Amino acid sequence: MRNDTIAAISTAMGNSGIGIVRISGPNAVSIADAVFCAKNPEKKLTNQKSHTVHYGFIKDGDEIIDEVLVTLMRAPRSFTAEDTVEINCHGGVYTMRRVLDTVLRHGARPADPGEFTKRAFLNGRIDLSQAEAVADVIQAKNQYALQSSVSQLRGSVREKISRMRERILYQIAWIESALDDPEHVSLEHYPQTLKDETEQLLSEIRHLIAAADNGRMLKEGIQTVILGKPNVGKSSLLNLLVGEERAIVTEIAGTTRDVLEESINLNGITLNLSDTAGIRSAENVVEQIGVDRAREKAKNADLILYVVDSSLPLDENDREIAQIFSGKKGIVLLNKSDLTQVTTEETVRALTQDKYPVLSISAREQTGLEQLEKTIQELFYHGELQFNDEIYITNARQKASLLDAENSLKKVLESIELHMPEDFYSIDLMDAYQSLGMIVGEAVGEDLINEIFSRFCMGK
Amino acid sequence: MSRVEEFTDVVVVGAGHAGCEAALACARLGLRTVMFTVSVDSIALMPCNPNIGGSSKGHLVREIDALGGEMGKNIDKTFIQSKMLNRSKGPAVHSLRAQADKADYSRSMRSVLEHTERLSIRQMEVTELIVENRILTGVKTYSGAVYHCKAAILCTGTYLKARCIYGDVSSYTGPNGLQAANYLTDSLKNNHIDLYRFKTGTPARIAGKSIDFSKMEEQKGDERVVPFSFTTDPESVQKEQVSCYLTYTNERTHQIIRENLDRSPLYSGMIEGIGPRYCPSIEDKVVRFADKERHQVFVEPEGIHTDEMYIGGMSSSLPEDVQIAMYRSVPGLEHAEIVRNAYAIEYDCIDARQLKLSLEFKNIEGLFSAGQFNGSSGYEEAAAQGLIAGINAARKIQGKEPLILDRSQAYIGVLIDDLVTKENHEPYRMMTSRAEYRLLLRQDNADLRLTKIGYEIGLIDNDRYKKLLEKEKVIREEIERAEKTHIGAGEEVQEFMRRHGSTEIRSSATLAELIRRPEFTYEMLAELDPERPAISAEAAEQVNILIKYDGYLQRQIKQVEQFKRLEERRIPQDFDYDKVPSLRTEARQKLKQYRPVSIGQASRLAGVTPADISVLMVFLAL
Repeated sequence: MRNDTIAAISTAMGNSGIGIVRISGPNAVSIADAVFCAKNPEKKLTNQKSHTVHYGFIKDGDEIIDEVLVTLMRAPRSFTAEDTVEINCHGGVYTMRRVLDTVLRHGARPADPGEFTKRAFLNGRIDLSQAEAVADVIQAKNQYALQSSVSQLRGSVREKISRMRERILYQIAWIESALDDPEHVSLEHYPQTLKDETEQLLSEIRHLIAAADNGRMLKEGIQTVILGKPNVGKSSLLNLLVGEERAIVTEIAGTTRDVLEESINLNGITLNLSDTAGIRSAENVVEQIGVDRAREKAKNADLILYVVDSSLPLDENDREIAQIFSGKKGIVLLNKSDLTQVTTEETVRALTQDKYPVLSISAREQTGLEQLEKTIQELFYHGELQFNDEIYITNARQKASLLDAENSLKKVLESIELHMPEDFYSIDLMDAYQSLGMIVGEAVGEDLINEIFSRFCMGK
Repeated sequence: MSRVEEFTDVVVVGAGHAGCEAALACARLGLRTVMFTVSVDSIALMPCNPNIGGSSKGHLVREIDALGGEMGKNIDKTFIQSKMLNRSKGPAVHSLRAQADKADYSRSMRSVLEHTERLSIRQMEVTELIVENRILTGVKTYSGAVYHCKAAILCTGTYLKARCIYGDVSSYTGPNGLQAANYLTDSLKNNHIDLYRFKTGTPARIAGKSIDFSKMEEQKGDERVVPFSFTTDPESVQKEQVSCYLTYTNERTHQIIRENLDRSPLYSGMIEGIGPRYCPSIEDKVVRFADKERHQVFVEPEGIHTDEMYIGGMSSSLPEDVQIAMYRSVPGLEHAEIVRNAYAIEYDCIDARQLKLSLEFKNIEGLFSAGQFNGSSGYEEAAAQGLIAGINAARKIQGKEPLILDRSQAYIGVLIDDLVTKENHEPYRMMTSRAEYRLLLRQDNADLRLTKIGYEIGLIDNDRYKKLLEKEKVIREEIERAEKTHIGAGEEVQEFMRRHGSTEIRSSATLAELIRRPEFTYEMLAELDPERPAISAEAAEQVNILIKYDGYLQRQIKQVEQFKRLEERRIPQDFDYDKVPSLRTEARQKLKQYRPVSIGQASRLAGVTPADISVLMVFLAL
């Protein structure tokens, strides 16, 4: 490890009120002293106690760049366990860049993405799964995602997975000891025992995978498509959803992730109404390109909002749309409830075989929105997941490992089905054991480490 | 007074199974080699069980053979019964075991050694190492002679400060009453080599004429014998075999043992050495498996020209009178006459973590060691190390890179990696479960895995190498043909399917697809496969396994790829672990002490956790 001093802008590169330039390493304090001028020019950071805040200016030569507050944290009582100085700048992006440039010119090196976290890891402040949770926190988009990341920090995932690993290892050990000491360890009736245990493990893993899907939606938002014939009020619904200062999600405080998706936040649940293309074109999908394209869109959706104009009768198009979203999670919205009802709740229920909640709304009058929020919450989370004590696997790498483990255990069942000799079972049991180990950092793998640290952005 | 002073290339200390392979490898690779033994009559002695091979040990013997070692050939010449074990299980755990005529085995090996060019045998005890500036330059003998050499290989087996014990009787001798080697230990200590004290044991030998075999189950050899050596013509080993016998201990046996446990030197504290958990004495078994009503007892002939029978499964260090009572409680042994008492033996050996993977000492250049001296147990484990130590001593002298087999290449690789990496509190025995990639490390494919390496090293001749390439080609082509050969769903074929309890073919299936059905083998399908070329039984076996278990093999190959990536992440030998801040103290200490060569090896050190490895990997990547 290069034992030098690193610096980076640690807050979002947007025009916000405050931005932080963070310096970490053995020379952090002396470098800060070289660029910082306290209100009392005699005051030097080198002489100050740890965990103190100082007011003054960042100067480049004689020129004052910004008025700042400087926080001083000495090793090992900082995130990186190194001497750390954080400069709270006030002057926007351009000023922050200049502050950083000045710091770099005085001997700091620009930090690589994730390098602060890497140092925290190398200095023993956090372990690998905590490092990964830090990455999750950075990328978390809403309060639920944040909570599930934080619960990983506490190790609830680790405990659950570790217990499953122990059970798998026990089976491997049993087979191995029977191979080595057939006189004292018998494999009679063992396949049935293993089959039962494997099925149990599989059901637990599948539960975690299902939770991971919900977890993904929590974290990344629910992929939502609005379907309906032209002029039923889809646009109004959109405007209603977006306009009411439920606002486009920006970042969780202290993170820097750019907003790649236009998403809205309904009481903490994120709906992704579109991907990169933007909300307005999504609205036009059905109208312009028709049912085929809508079908394509609906295929990848987690939630379909089907808007029906209650002042007009249902027709052939409605029947087609109803087919598109059968089998998906969906909500039927009877729009224009302020007008005379031609299509009633009952007719729509009949059309959709009573499989979906039907709500009356009026986009114009802005009514029914609360009911919609509540229904979405119920549809996705109520009764299935409790945020505070359930265990989530929310990141893609961990979910992929779960799927690998599932696959390996299925192979074990296959081998039992085919009456393969017992020593074959252990190959796939070992794979399952390793895959689960990758989730909690108990299996050593290069991929794991690269993957985790590559997810960081600058300044973390 | 003038002393003898000799100059040679390699000195091998000891002529047991490790010493023989080491000396042969060195001499065959072109080096002048002197092999010392305390008794020329005990070359390649089998002081314990009268067999070679067995579960996982059979793999070692085949690997030794594939690399150009002698053990497989020698047992093929001298076996009196042979069996392929675990045939009902998967091919990974099939294991060959042969009963040896002990005297023949020893004599035959001696003859090979005697007829090897550049190899001299010397009956003399080596008492001292000559080390200058951490480089070995020679050895001194009891007579005061000095042998200057470029490398020495220590294969002292169980002879170093050996002590044999039963009851309250103990004598300072090696196995079978042979002279112990009492001086070398001090020289090792003076050279800062850390020693352990291990123990092992052997059962009594009983006169065959006093045994009632009718009360035992006869255990015959295989009808069709498979030779150990890939060079042995299978036809040449089809001969008349002798039988072994199986009987059992009973509650009375256990009672006798329990009542006299206080007289056992193991339990009274007279024996301080640590014994092998996986080769326990009968008193150990009775204590450890208290609820077991009986234990197996294998009665095996020691040879053709002797009436002595080896009582496998009942090694002991109980007093003589207890031994007699104990053996006589076993059905068929009621009137047993003991020829040789059972005894335990204690000896000095090293903590093998002082060795590199090449089996050279980390701190003394040119000094190698192999066999029970390294803390292993068993003839096969010893021979495997002897071969590798011999090869690497020779290569060192010739300025070549050492031969290091990794855990995915051979049981030998697993054995040596375990010995030099892991904490080893007891005599190390090879076991199937120690090999992570055992589906690839089968005894049937040892030649395909290793003979090319043996050829490159120089222990395999051109002729044998060419045959190997030919075998590879035949296998490859036949697998291709099986994948391409379609078998149609004609009535004859369907009838064949029904006859073998298989499902009927839909429209057509490839030969390979049918081989993959659990109920079929390559051989069974010959009837449906008129185009089949005539290939050897050995090649046919490979075709069957490679097709039938393809999915499993591919998955294991993936595991190996993962493993290799960590093995290939080298750690510089001068790496400063103090620079890595977050290593735990225990891990730092172990890493500094044992200096693993790769991240992979580091991960197998006791006291180093996955978290430490992650830290190390991130640190090394910076």
